[in-house]
Amino acid sequence: MEYYSLTLCEALRLLESGETTSVALTQSVLSRIESVESSVKAYLNIDKERAIQQAERADDLRSQGKGGPLCGIPLAVKDVLCTADFPTTCGSRILEHFTPPYNATVIEKLQKAGAIIIGKLSMDEFAMGSTNENCAFTVPENPWRQGYVAGGSSGGSAAAVAADECFAALGSDTGGSVRQPASLCGVVGMKPTYGRVSRYGLVAFASSLDQVGPLTKDVRDCALMMNVISGYDELDSTSINTSVPDYTLALEQGLQGMRIGVPKEYFGDGLDSEVEAVVRKGIAMLEEMGAEVKEVTLPHTEYCVAVYYLIAPAEASSNLARYDGVRYSYRDTDAESLLDVYKQSRSKGFGDEVKRRILIGTYALSAGYYDAYYKKASQVRTLIKQDFEKVFQECDLIVSPVNPGPAWPLGEKSDDPLAMYLSDILTLSANLAGIPGLSVPCGFTTSGLPVGMQMQAAHFNEEVLLKAAYNLEQLAGIVNQKPAIGENK
Amino acid sequence: MKITREEVQHVADLARLKLSENEIERMTEQLDTILSYVEKLDKVDTEGVPVTTHTQQVVNAFREDVVKPSLDREAVLANAPEDNGESFTVPRIIS
Repeated sequence: MEYYSLTLCEALRLLESGETTSVALTQSVLSRIESVESSVKAYLNIDKERAIQQAERADDLRSQGKGGPLCGIPLAVKDVLCTADFPTTCGSRILEHFTPPYNATVIEKLQKAGAIIIGKLSMDEFAMGSTNENCAFTVPENPWRQGYVAGGSSGGSAAAVAADECFAALGSDTGGSVRQPASLCGVVGMKPTYGRVSRYGLVAFASSLDQVGPLTKDVRDCALMMNVISGYDELDSTSINTSVPDYTLALEQGLQGMRIGVPKEYFGDGLDSEVEAVVRKGIAMLEEMGAEVKEVTLPHTEYCVAVYYLIAPAEASSNLARYDGVRYSYRDTDAESLLDVYKQSRSKGFGDEVKRRILIGTYALSAGYYDAYYKKASQVRTLIKQDFEKVFQECDLIVSPVNPGPAWPLGEKSDDPLAMYLSDILTLSANLAGIPGLSVPCGFTTSGLPVGMQMQAAHFNEEVLLKAAYNLEQLAGIVNQKPAIGENK
Repeated sequence: MKITREEVQHVADLARLKLSENEIERMTEQLDTILSYVEKLDKVDTEGVPVTTHTQQVVNAFREDVVKPSLDREAVLANAPEDNGESFTVPRIIS
């Protein structure tokens, strides 16, 4: 057993018992990257030298009895999080040479906990996409099958964790961007309650929907990462000032009496029959553990895609106005007037999907259309949120598939934006309602592609998700399961 | 058609995007498909339904108005495409 294949908590145990060092763990992960990265392509930037230096420092601290809860653990983060020690490209040409003058709050928290950030992970440009194919640089492949999508927009994060190229990663989730790639790559991914984790230094896509979340090899690691990144931040006025529990304490509580709702709308047309079978089998396992399962209804589900693809682009068009070629970001040197600086820099710097969403958003917010599009969508958003509130009066947890199908070949849907948007139908509503959601590995298709189960709970009930997910992974026997790649073959 | 070429051109101007003829063509087609799809919201009765812009019960987040250190000028200008050591520079606006 190589160190890189351990879970984060297993690696910590070896550090704590003195059986290994941070330098050995870090070297193991770096050599793993060396051997598989050419086929996984998860990273946009790696700093090996810095990683080893920090590992040496972590070993020193630990020998003095100091160091935080992640002391000496090598991690990686999606390139949407501002890092003063690495360029932060957001997967876009327009930020290709941008190194932020500050760290995101979650980066500060990871570093304070002693984690070593070894690099930045690939993503769809500005987190807009469902396959990571919209990255202006490298496009990751699914570690479970070459030539297949890793999912998106946190595809690099999911692929890196699945391929053992880091012990855990951070992603961001605006409409499923942590949960969907986690499901397609067979890892655990959590989107916390809106306001649970600081968004300071998370490059903004749609500010009322964005949330940072962990991608990990198992549920225990997810709970530990949540302990580190959660909490109020005075630099993010939308973060919520409520206490952070020790999430690991929830794991081993049983499911006796837990009320689980299965929304009938999530099992409708377009759901792959194998995905459905795997998830139904998982639900039966939860029932065996003592949970009460019943069918529920979220009647406005069919409107989620329409609501999301008005609200998210509207917010994006406003947020992305800051890329003007003046203060940071790419400037087209051929531009002769200030207006040309704006127009030419943005047109050459942004990719297709980003332009498309800026156009939709600008249109939906423009004079004469605001009421028909943005206001209408924001009202239907209220109805979607109320659907969940009703179900959570009688249920603790909602379970479903994460994505209508398993991973698909790269290039398959990339010419049809609407078809791509429709595949997000099962994950968008958690962001619209602000509730926490998680993807946990549940099984495999007959051809061996991973299938995740989505769990959603009421605001700030992350513990319910972690408890149910931990029980499911134990029962399904899928804890830190590995794709056949590199030395695992 | 939900949206015309001229409207796409107008929206692109508002958004400070310069699109090629090909891009306008393609974007018009794709935006039309998307806008036709979102039309399904018209079927929902939203009479008297309030809008949701924030999913939590937060009304205002106030803080004390105190002066705190801000980023170092040199660090901020380090990412500027063009600067004169003190400020960002852009092409002359008033001739």
